[in-house]
Amino acid sequence: MTSTSSLHSASTTTATTTSPPQPLPTPAGVAAAPPSPRKGASRLTLVLRSWQLYVLLAPGLIYLAIFKYWPMYGAQIAFRNYNPAAGFTGSPWVGLAHFERFINSFQFKDLLVNTLTINTVGLLVAFPVPIILALIVNQLPSERFKKFIQTVLYSPSFISVVVVVGMIFLLFSPSSGLVNHALTLFGGEPIFFMGNPEWFRPLYIGSDIWQNAGFSMIIYLAALTAIDPSLHEAAKMDGANKFRRIWHIDIPGILPVVTILFVLAIGNIFNLGFEKVYLMQTPLNLETSEIINTYVYKIGLQQAQFSYSAAIGLFNSVLNLILLITFNQVAKKANQASLW
Amino acid sequence: MTTQLPPAHAPLNRRDGLVSRLADPVFNVVTVGILLLAAVAIIYPLYFIVIASVSDPNLIAQGKVWLLPQGFTMEGYETLFRNDALLRGVVNSLLYTSVGTLVSVSIILCTGYALSRKDMPGRNLFMILFIITMFFDGGMIARYLVVRDLGLLNTMWAVILPGAVGVWNLIIARTFFQTNVPDELREAAQIDGANDFRFFFRVALPLTKPLIALMAMTHIVAYWNSYFDAMIYLNDEAMYPLQLVLRNVLVQSQASASLDTGSIDSYAAAQRLGELIKYGMIVVSTVPLLIIFPFLQKYFVKGATLGALK
Repeated sequence: MTSTSSLHSASTTTATTTSPPQPLPTPAGVAAAPPSPRKGASRLTLVLRSWQLYVLLAPGLIYLAIFKYWPMYGAQIAFRNYNPAAGFTGSPWVGLAHFERFINSFQFKDLLVNTLTINTVGLLVAFPVPIILALIVNQLPSERFKKFIQTVLYSPSFISVVVVVGMIFLLFSPSSGLVNHALTLFGGEPIFFMGNPEWFRPLYIGSDIWQNAGFSMIIYLAALTAIDPSLHEAAKMDGANKFRRIWHIDIPGILPVVTILFVLAIGNIFNLGFEKVYLMQTPLNLETSEIINTYVYKIGLQQAQFSYSAAIGLFNSVLNLILLITFNQVAKKANQASLW
Repeated sequence: MTTQLPPAHAPLNRRDGLVSRLADPVFNVVTVGILLLAAVAIIYPLYFIVIASVSDPNLIAQGKVWLLPQGFTMEGYETLFRNDALLRGVVNSLLYTSVGTLVSVSIILCTGYALSRKDMPGRNLFMILFIITMFFDGGMIARYLVVRDLGLLNTMWAVILPGAVGVWNLIIARTFFQTNVPDELREAAQIDGANDFRFFFRVALPLTKPLIALMAMTHIVAYWNSYFDAMIYLNDEAMYPLQLVLRNVLVQSQASASLDTGSIDSYAAAQRLGELIKYGMIVVSTVPLLIIFPFLQKYFVKGATLGALK
């Protein structure tokens, strides 16, 4: 709430300062004082002169402090036994006890394996789809068909996760679902998709592609438009067919964007899609669908074991960060684009 | 890059001539085929949901509904619109979405503009402070405790504030200001006596209407579609946004409990009606977005592009 109110104060100040004379420091006065042009002083002048920019910056900074850095500071409860009355810093220090407990717990291996599997398999299967779509959509001869396909493929990204999961439950329902009717029509046996741990990952990844491939495709299409058309012209003159032009011009052309998005996806591997995983969980598929973040939610917020769950969450974040840094390093070495 | 092309003059050989002349038509047919299949895979499930929502639930259960509604009925929608929870959800969502979008977009524009100013001392430091949070955060539990300590639990602000500013959006905004508001313009305005506020509100903002539209749209969709923060921070059912109401009915199948099914005697019939209501709910909550979105597409495309390429 703090950020909103400061926001309003920012806009009201503007309304009142419509007349040019500035109420604050004296840029001209200080800057024009010739005798001692000390570096520190001129820097201070610059800071003072920019006070209005800092006012504009403030709402974002306040937000950052309250909702990003304060929780980051609060993450230390992972090393303490959190007690609401004592707060973040007042609770007794227990060191790595919660981490040890997690690593030695019987859920540890399953959680780690499930988290890694759903995300790495998901990434490997889903990541190339929008790239391939973009490459072939880009080659379509008809502009109108291109537009149509783009619109259709892109539309599911507006549907909420809740509705997509709701659709999965309905369409894959064992008794009345469309998919099982189709299966029986072709002589198959109905499958209880949502009650079977083996079907959790295919459904999760498949619906993810269904919903998001179109949106990612747009990014690659934009990268493709940045490729110099004269390259294609020249290749055409030389008699290269579409497939060869895709292979030798388009793919190298979008590789930097692909690399960056891949590194970002890796960096998110422990966080992606857990809101959807949580929705898709049924008591019967927990064997494959329980991942670290859903576990953190259940242990932490449903059972109020704040410190233990914060430790698990922190473990997750650190693994995540290590992966991101490693892969960014790899991308750098491979001489492609990197994040920093 | 032209030198990288091995097939340089290969097709001039007679042997390759036919292959390469046929290659493109074959390529076109195959790719158009793939894309049409993909389009069907996206459209058909949505279409099925729509026809199922007005079909006799018994015929759906028997697998008789494929291309057209069978045994037309509006029973699902009638029950649906008698349901207070859904209506309340829509009203709550409208409130959270509009206030949330206003808050998010205002912060992003102001802060994004300040960060775009290369002459603001400390700019790089601030940028780093923001970027760090993209890669590391305090986690769900600590954030929950902060929201609780602030006394925001069970208020609208708990749904809006914790995720109000995405660093990614901030970077998009900053880039947009940098590329669309030239420094020369500001220098000229300064000579004319405009201060930073005046320049920001009178000159920079009007120049960035596409950015404002993009940000407004992204946030409308994001707030409208989110459920998780509401699930964590709200206990009072009367405050539930639409998505949380949908979750309870669609995913947790609370339909028969929360809806008035007193007039239906058998449990099976209640369940059938429950399914019908689910189809109807998906239609009611999703179709409005799918209808307006093609008109807004260009903004989203711009957003996707700006975010990825800058």
